[in-house]
Amino acid sequence: MAAKEIKLYQTGTFAVGNRLLDPEDRTVQARTERSNTLTSGHRACQGCGEALGARYVLDAAMRATDGRLVAANATGCLEVFSTPYPESSWQLPWLHSLFGNAPAVATGMAAALRAKGIDDVRVIGQGGDGGTLDIGFACLSGMFERNDDVLYVCYDNEAYMNTGVQRSGATPPGARTANTKPLGAGAGRDGNTFGQGKNAPLIAMAHEIPYVATATVADLRDLEAKVERAMELRGARYLHVFVPCPLGWGAASRDTIRLARLVKETGLFPVFAAEQGEITEVLKIRRRVPVEEYLRLQRRYAHLFAEPESRDVIDGIQAIADRNIRRFDLLADIEEGADLPGEAIDAAGLPEGQPPIAGRTEEESNLMRMLAETHHGAQ
Amino acid sequence: MRKQVEGSIAVADAVARCRPEVVSAYPISPQTHIVEGLSDMVRRGELAPCEYLMVESEFGAMSAAIGAAATGARTYTATASQGLLYMAEALYNASGLGLPIVMTVANRAIGAPINIWNDHSDSMSQRDSGWVQLFAESNQEAADLHLQAYRLAEQISLPVMVCMDGFILTHAFDEVELIDQADADAFLPPFEPRQVLDPDTPMTIGAMVGPEAFTEVKYLMHARQMQALDAIPPIAADFEARFARPSGGLVRGYRIEDAETIVVALGSVLGTIEDVVDELREQGVKIGAVSIKCFRPWPREEVRKVLRGANRVVVIEKAFAVGAGGIVGQNVRLALSGLTPVVFDIVAGLGGRPITRRSLRTLLGDVLSGRIQPGGLHFLDLKTDVVQRELARVAAGGLTGPHAESILREIAVGARSH
Repeated sequence: MAAKEIKLYQTGTFAVGNRLLDPEDRTVQARTERSNTLTSGHRACQGCGEALGARYVLDAAMRATDGRLVAANATGCLEVFSTPYPESSWQLPWLHSLFGNAPAVATGMAAALRAKGIDDVRVIGQGGDGGTLDIGFACLSGMFERNDDVLYVCYDNEAYMNTGVQRSGATPPGARTANTKPLGAGAGRDGNTFGQGKNAPLIAMAHEIPYVATATVADLRDLEAKVERAMELRGARYLHVFVPCPLGWGAASRDTIRLARLVKETGLFPVFAAEQGEITEVLKIRRRVPVEEYLRLQRRYAHLFAEPESRDVIDGIQAIADRNIRRFDLLADIEEGADLPGEAIDAAGLPEGQPPIAGRTEEESNLMRMLAETHHGAQ
Repeated sequence: MRKQVEGSIAVADAVARCRPEVVSAYPISPQTHIVEGLSDMVRRGELAPCEYLMVESEFGAMSAAIGAAATGARTYTATASQGLLYMAEALYNASGLGLPIVMTVANRAIGAPINIWNDHSDSMSQRDSGWVQLFAESNQEAADLHLQAYRLAEQISLPVMVCMDGFILTHAFDEVELIDQADADAFLPPFEPRQVLDPDTPMTIGAMVGPEAFTEVKYLMHARQMQALDAIPPIAADFEARFARPSGGLVRGYRIEDAETIVVALGSVLGTIEDVVDELREQGVKIGAVSIKCFRPWPREEVRKVLRGANRVVVIEKAFAVGAGGIVGQNVRLALSGLTPVVFDIVAGLGGRPITRRSLRTLLGDVLSGRIQPGGLHFLDLKTDVVQRELARVAAGGLTGPHAESILREIAVGARSH
């Protein structure tokens, strides 16, 4: 599945479709025998991207390892919403130790398994962006440089959500958090500062570990393929999954997947994979979207659009997206007249004057129409 | 096999005899020789199967130990001083999860000012971390205690700290009876974890416990640690029966039968104290000594029993609670509550200052003659002129700031003005 180029976008939605595929090619999530590693009943918010990401990642990893998996989990939303004592949503052996030590705990697990000669049980470490990029960074880097046999997954929702939405090293420029509020005179200029924060996937790559990949919860197939590839390899592997947080971002719960798709389509979040420090795969932008379309769906950026509009800040964010597009070569090289993947599906049901879908704002419907038209125009 | 070895090497050898499956360590003086010794053994293939993890910090060392122990491996680490503080959060986590990790603490002072030499500030700062704390008096005992520590840890599912004086023991060459592997195996059975991360029986460990159950969990933690008081004496007795030498236990008395004055201490200083007790006994002073072998859990009843006959208890400790006073002294008072002995709190040997026989003779002379009163905190061999000059300078309106640098500055200014 990993190498297969299948990108079937269901018309009028932002989802990747399964329905025309052979059962063997369908996603792990679409299978009745999926393990539901993070099972229902947990306390995540409606539309939580992290809960979705964790289920996708772990179900794919469970399938790839035939259920021979143990997990170390950092403190954070994922830990809190999944294990309110005496309940647990985890259907795999799972250990939560501390906020900043999940990579090291995972290292210890892998060492124990190696010492015991158990080579079929694999280890996953996981945490949010704060636990991974900030407080757990030394442990993560140590785990990388020793090339410990761990897949570490960071679910990045770009702030400390569990403690009430404070800025982390993954918070993007311009974003409002509880401690980067736009309270200054030129309100739009506040938000999070430009030029700060760190790019964890690139830092991971600098360790020249066997595998580094980014993914979003919008592209399930790509995410699952990356987990599968990661589990084919041994040594330190890093997967950075973009997971929208409706609560922290001031976004509608129903827009989680949409935001995750838009962040990739804008170029703000490059989706790629690298092996031994070299980029091996880049997920091209299908329909380039200005960052504004992504920003406008989130109240954490609302101050940028309040009168007077902070056009220069928005332009600054667009410049980041443009730089990513150049740096990672994110635009598809479409030859004149060439077929786009998934064209048949889209062509079958293109929305000619499609009425607004129930529950969507006019703005959202316009955006969808724009996306559909962009695609149509490329044919 | 008797061998003249460095204390650290004796400990490394004893740890190897315990067959640890995972060793994770980060270098800090004076613990380094222990883990270097283990690294050599792993690299030579003498200690196998064993994974030696060179982690990025002490926090990482304890965290990896937590992951390894939870996956069912017998796990070892060693640290000292700042390293112990740096792993503090993980120490509480290991004990809260009931993981039987054994760790050597090569006792060393805590900064600022930075100081690499021996005292007990590091272990004492973690006395409430939920770890069992055993103190070694000699290199032989330090080595022996590791076997006992693993047996205790795995029997009651608790982490155990073996405390040995940094440099004084770790770097001292002494004759040590090295333990035979077959004897070690007979004393210490393989580790059979009670709960382990296993895909065949998936379990959630480390859930978030709220007010409805947190008190009960903590009560059980306390109850389990108190069980060590019952478990330690038989383990020590079994060790003595097998190896024909005493080591470990809860408390040990020396010439206390008719003692009116008893000196209480922990660790290697007992040797010097016993020499002074012998000297004073020859002069007809009814004096004895008590070694606290197990500081956590606090053997309250045993301490009460050995001290109840005395008039004076002189607690000599290599640490103190800044702003409060003696730490061991406080615990001794707790053990003696309702009884008559008066307790003297003596802080000694801070940051590696030698505790000499001469100092102890002077101290005990002062105690016996009433020149030192109980109730206060007495610093052995304090350079009173230095502290008084600095206190006077500050009292006169001088700027405050870092103490060490203020003392130095004052001396330099004084030197220039003369």
